[in-house]
Amino acid sequence: MWKFIKPRPGNLRAWQLAVLIAVFGLWHVLTRPGLIPPFVFDNDRQAAFFFGEPVVIFERIVAWFFTNADIYQHLWVTLVETVLAFGIGTALGLVFGLWLALSAMAAAILDPYIKAANSMPRVILAPIFAVWFGLGIASKVALGVTLVFFIVFFNVYQGVKEVSPVVLANARMLGASSRQLLRHVYLPSATSWVFSSLHTSVGLAFVGAVVGEYLGSSRGVGYLILQAEGAFDINTVMAGILVLTAFALVLDAAVGRIERRLMKWQPRSGETEKL
Amino acid sequence: MMGAPALSLRGVGCTFVDRHDARQRYTAVSDVTLEVGAGEFVSVVGPTGCGKSTLLNVAAGLLAPSSGTVAVFGAPLSGINARAGYMFQAESLMPWRTALANVMAGLEFRGAADAKERAMEWLRRVGLGAFGDRYPHQLSGGMRKRTSLAQTLALDPDIILMDEPFSALDIQTRQLMENEVLALWAAKKKAVLFITHDLDEAIAMSDRVVVLSAGPASRPIGEFTVDLERPRDVAEVRAMPRFVELHQAIWGVLRDEVLKGYQQQLAA
Repeated sequence: MWKFIKPRPGNLRAWQLAVLIAVFGLWHVLTRPGLIPPFVFDNDRQAAFFFGEPVVIFERIVAWFFTNADIYQHLWVTLVETVLAFGIGTALGLVFGLWLALSAMAAAILDPYIKAANSMPRVILAPIFAVWFGLGIASKVALGVTLVFFIVFFNVYQGVKEVSPVVLANARMLGASSRQLLRHVYLPSATSWVFSSLHTSVGLAFVGAVVGEYLGSSRGVGYLILQAEGAFDINTVMAGILVLTAFALVLDAAVGRIERRLMKWQPRSGETEKL
Repeated sequence: MMGAPALSLRGVGCTFVDRHDARQRYTAVSDVTLEVGAGEFVSVVGPTGCGKSTLLNVAAGLLAPSSGTVAVFGAPLSGINARAGYMFQAESLMPWRTALANVMAGLEFRGAADAKERAMEWLRRVGLGAFGDRYPHQLSGGMRKRTSLAQTLALDPDIILMDEPFSALDIQTRQLMENEVLALWAAKKKAVLFITHDLDEAIAMSDRVVVLSAGPASRPIGEFTVDLERPRDVAEVRAMPRFVELHQAIWGVLRDEVLKGYQQQLAA
């Protein structure tokens, strides 16, 4: 028996699923009123009040997606905010990273300010952005951009600094102009660093969007969570968190897909295709 | 100006200054005068750390000398030496380009319309016709070197600079590559400045061997004309009596410098 269920690469997915079921099963058993006698709380309804009940949470999610189908507009808003913050932040980080890495004097002048701007807890800017850009999409995008920008910026900066001097000299000997060097050497070299940061930055763009919504908005998944919290509806809060988690996983997978397509020139460990 | 040497270094000296401490100076080469005629194959040998690569970077225009002048076919050199192709010691292929795209790179930078066809032809000539769509990490060390060779030669440079191009290869691959380079050189008769620490390789391949003294402030201390018949096979030529004679003569000059260089490294 054990021989069949022993963890091995073949039944990896089954084991991952088993862990998920175990977590939700335990959650269900510990919170369902009347299932087991209360041992932490005073009565058997309090556990469900504080931690939510998986069954009710799933009913909530099903209602959102199928029965009422009313979550799509909120998801759409959050998605637009995330993608805009991600795109704008990455583009700005790329441009500034390239500029400062290639212009030593500008980098020397701006160095202390970049360090200061990066160490500032940027989430605290959210109320200011709400004042500047209103409670619509723009203020959330602005917050996400400040989070994404620095991650991409530092990676591009590092990526350009670490271009192999031999590859660079070789490209110059082959007759590359400074514009061609930028396009054919610096940019591809920085891209590998950017991609390693994109998984972090897509997560942060998402954080920017949701935190922005949470602080003040009229639509978005963060808004749903805020509403439910105001009514002590812990089941809806938990449902919102689960939806956000799944959503973040999908975004991360999308980035991974693009990365694999664009970075196929990079050696991967375990790849033994050499001739 | 007719008959001017392809490459002419006159009284070239290079002194490096430490970026953080201007008092820390290191003179790699000093007062080097070296000529490579059109179509001539010249090797430079010397102990490790004697500034051989510095000299090549000066000839390539990647490094401006502290003193002295460089002339290419009689014209003073400023900036990159556009008539030279440079084959580096370290990995120099762009890892994000396939072998074909790497060979194409120079032609592409110069806006050649038939870049792809010419690159493909060069890939075939170095025996990699079937590997054009591979990325450098998917090629073996020897294949990467051959790609570099095709990349350099595809631009049809008048001067070829080579910095220990085969030092990282195993002996068999190395001899194959050396013969390949000799065959390509014989067909086109380019001026070649070849840097190596391997005396056998230098004698087997060149018309002339220049010996550099141990650093710092290295300079040429001996020059030998290699009067072995061409075409040569690098493996067979080693057995010839004249090769052995030359080897002994050059080694006689080189040995003291190698020992000096070794002592300095121990003391450092």
